[in-house]
Amino acid sequence: MSPQTLITDARNTWCPGCGNFTIQFALRNAIQKLVEEGVPLENIVLVTGIGCHAKMADYLNINSFYSIHGRTIPVATGIKLANPDLTVLCCAGDGDAYAEGLDHLIFAAKRNSDITVIVHNNRVYGLTTGQYTPTSPLGFKGRSTPGGTVEAPFNPLSLMLTSGAGFIARGTTRRMTGLKDLISRGLRHRGFAFIDVLQICASYFNASELYDRHGYDLSGHDPADFEAACRKVEEWDYNRDAPIAFGLFYQHEKPVFEDQFPHLRVASAEREKAITKILDTKR
Amino acid sequence: MADLSVLTGGRAGDGINSAGLLVSHLFNRMGYFTYMYFDYPSLIKGGHNFTITRAADNPVGACRERVDVVLALNQDTIDFHRDLMHDGTVVIFDSGKATADGQGVPVQEILKTEQAPAVMGNSCMIGALAGATGIPFAVIEEIFRKQIPRGLEKNLAVARKGYASVKQVYRVEQRVQEPLPLLSGNEAIGLGLLHGGLEAFVAYPMTPTSNLLHFLAGVAEDYPLTVVHPENEISVILMAHGLAYAGKRTAVGTSGGGFCLMTESFSMAGTNEVPVVVVMGQRTGPSTGLPTYTGQTDLHFMLHAGQGEFPRLVVAPGDATQASAWSARALSLAWSCQVPAIILVDKTLCEGITPLQDGAFPPLPDGGHPDGPTSGPYRRYTITDSGISRMLHPPVPGSAVKVNSYVHDEAGITTERADLTISMTEKRLRKGETLRRETGALDPVVSFGRGGAATTLLCWGSTLPVCREVAGSLGFRVVQPVVLSPFPGEQLKEALSGTERVIAVEENALGQLRMLCARHDIGVDAAVLKFDGRPFAVEELGRRLAEVA
Repeated sequence: MSPQTLITDARNTWCPGCGNFTIQFALRNAIQKLVEEGVPLENIVLVTGIGCHAKMADYLNINSFYSIHGRTIPVATGIKLANPDLTVLCCAGDGDAYAEGLDHLIFAAKRNSDITVIVHNNRVYGLTTGQYTPTSPLGFKGRSTPGGTVEAPFNPLSLMLTSGAGFIARGTTRRMTGLKDLISRGLRHRGFAFIDVLQICASYFNASELYDRHGYDLSGHDPADFEAACRKVEEWDYNRDAPIAFGLFYQHEKPVFEDQFPHLRVASAEREKAITKILDTKR
Repeated sequence: MADLSVLTGGRAGDGINSAGLLVSHLFNRMGYFTYMYFDYPSLIKGGHNFTITRAADNPVGACRERVDVVLALNQDTIDFHRDLMHDGTVVIFDSGKATADGQGVPVQEILKTEQAPAVMGNSCMIGALAGATGIPFAVIEEIFRKQIPRGLEKNLAVARKGYASVKQVYRVEQRVQEPLPLLSGNEAIGLGLLHGGLEAFVAYPMTPTSNLLHFLAGVAEDYPLTVVHPENEISVILMAHGLAYAGKRTAVGTSGGGFCLMTESFSMAGTNEVPVVVVMGQRTGPSTGLPTYTGQTDLHFMLHAGQGEFPRLVVAPGDATQASAWSARALSLAWSCQVPAIILVDKTLCEGITPLQDGAFPPLPDGGHPDGPTSGPYRRYTITDSGISRMLHPPVPGSAVKVNSYVHDEAGITTERADLTISMTEKRLRKGETLRRETGALDPVVSFGRGGAATTLLCWGSTLPVCREVAGSLGFRVVQPVVLSPFPGEQLKEALSGTERVIAVEENALGQLRMLCARHDIGVDAAVLKFDGRPFAVEELGRRLAEVA
């Protein structure tokens, strides 16, 4: 399999310099690695929301469910429930995962659905031409908040820790190698894997300088240590200037949601037998 | 002709629904057709609950305005329902909790003597009912053995004392009819869905379909069915999308408020062609309305919910047997025609309990639409004459299965091209016509009663049984469109031809079926409408018809 076969011939319409190119490259390489490790390509399914990130569904030549805004995660859980042999991942925007569909993110972490969620967190709405998102810094001047936002961002990493996520990582489009590695590890993690990707938006919020100046790769951090993870995710609150760590903050394996459900195919004769049995109890 | 109605009443939390069901089983075992109505307020404990079980020689699906026996577990049951009693109504009451003219049962003393817990008081009253109506005690034994096997001996001992404590006032004759399976509408829908090949059910609890969730969750205890209760209705329908995309036949259950949350994804099913099936139980609206009472106010919502234009299947069964059959068909049609489907029911049908009759599990069309190429790279949305493309589910070796909520090309890749927008719209329209042909072959309009009758009652959904009963006694005909989308206009015109007067009977304020008929140039001469959250009683409908006939 050549890397080229993973790309469709759909015309790419991301802006020049868009962070999505980096994520696409990292994701493609991670998928290729997964296939090399023995996962059949046809067993990989991508679910996307709506926004610039979501065009990934058109651009990657793999199974895809191009969903509606905010609604990647329940679809992904449904796919995994239907067929646990599938490797299911979501590409979601920060508007998708943190605003419109925040409930689903929290619940996927709570129930430990065996899916990988990559949040393209450019901290701005791009496709709707530049409004603030839940992770935009306080005072962000967007088109809906010309005087600057009056609400502080929340920290998705601490939210995920609180919600019970078993794999919590942060990458950035400014660090390709690390990002690819995190996606690979997320895809291999048994259970819910969450990767916040600080992505630059070339048109509406190019925070490259911020991420380069404050960013560093986590080292000497034990991802099995919950309390250390709690301290580490609080280092930067997505608002003030502070060191921004990239890497795996927390990893913990626990029972997987989809393992608790049956995955048998039932012959129709068996089905009718079950119906007859139930009817007999009702007489 | 035997026609006996028993009201069983008590406090919420006292197991009135279960007691009423046991009353139904008594008459079922005696060879009668039964119908049970359950009336309860939206609270857990302390309010007033009652059931009315009607037993008759013929199938019935509605209550009479008067009851013949009142089984009172408390004083409220006697005080609240005086308007339902006639001169000959027999009141059997727990003499420790109520006083009345009638037969008192010393339930508390009996429980004390038998050292039985308070919860067995209902068994005592059931025993008394059997005693008063001349039903052999052996019938109680059979029923208890099957329906409440826990604490059987003690329940029977208590019931026996209740049985002996009253004098016989009726003599219910044993009829020659095998006991029929007594099912709630929700259970009938659940079994129908299973018959249709259901593999997964997803729901967030909401009256009146919560019990469908409970029933299927129970089925899943020993049958490989995936039943999920996620965080909200948005998640419910999206999980269904994911399950169906990956090949599992899936349905969801909700009521109007929950469906409001689902509409965006319902519309997505219109364009991504993932078969999503919704069991939609109506209750009194708008908004929270009367949560535990009935209504038929969501027909037009179901016909139009979701942005954009796309074909959908909407079926409105009228009784449990139809509910089972059409749930199976709806699931089957949703998959064969790749359209979203709605099984539109209401509280009356969902929670009413009747025997399931022949025809509940019809043979299903195999549903293949082997249209389009089967070789070459797989394209999910290949343009075909039927409008229906081959639906494969991942994994498909060598092919990517791409579904999309945007306008897309045949491969499922997003497009904004005008020509593709047109061809995909026309594909959807052709699918609608295919669906119309498929439903047309399944008797989408059913007629009952005398052919050539001058007057026809036109109804939809759960008003069918009461219409049938009243029409039977008045010599009217009943016509019921079961399929409401695609609207079977031609079949309905044919069914109504020759009749002089068409009267719509609906439980809403606007006459929604009548409005729909008008759009299809089908004349309706009068409408009998009811919107108090309660289903029509037999006599009530007769009176209302006399006003407009």
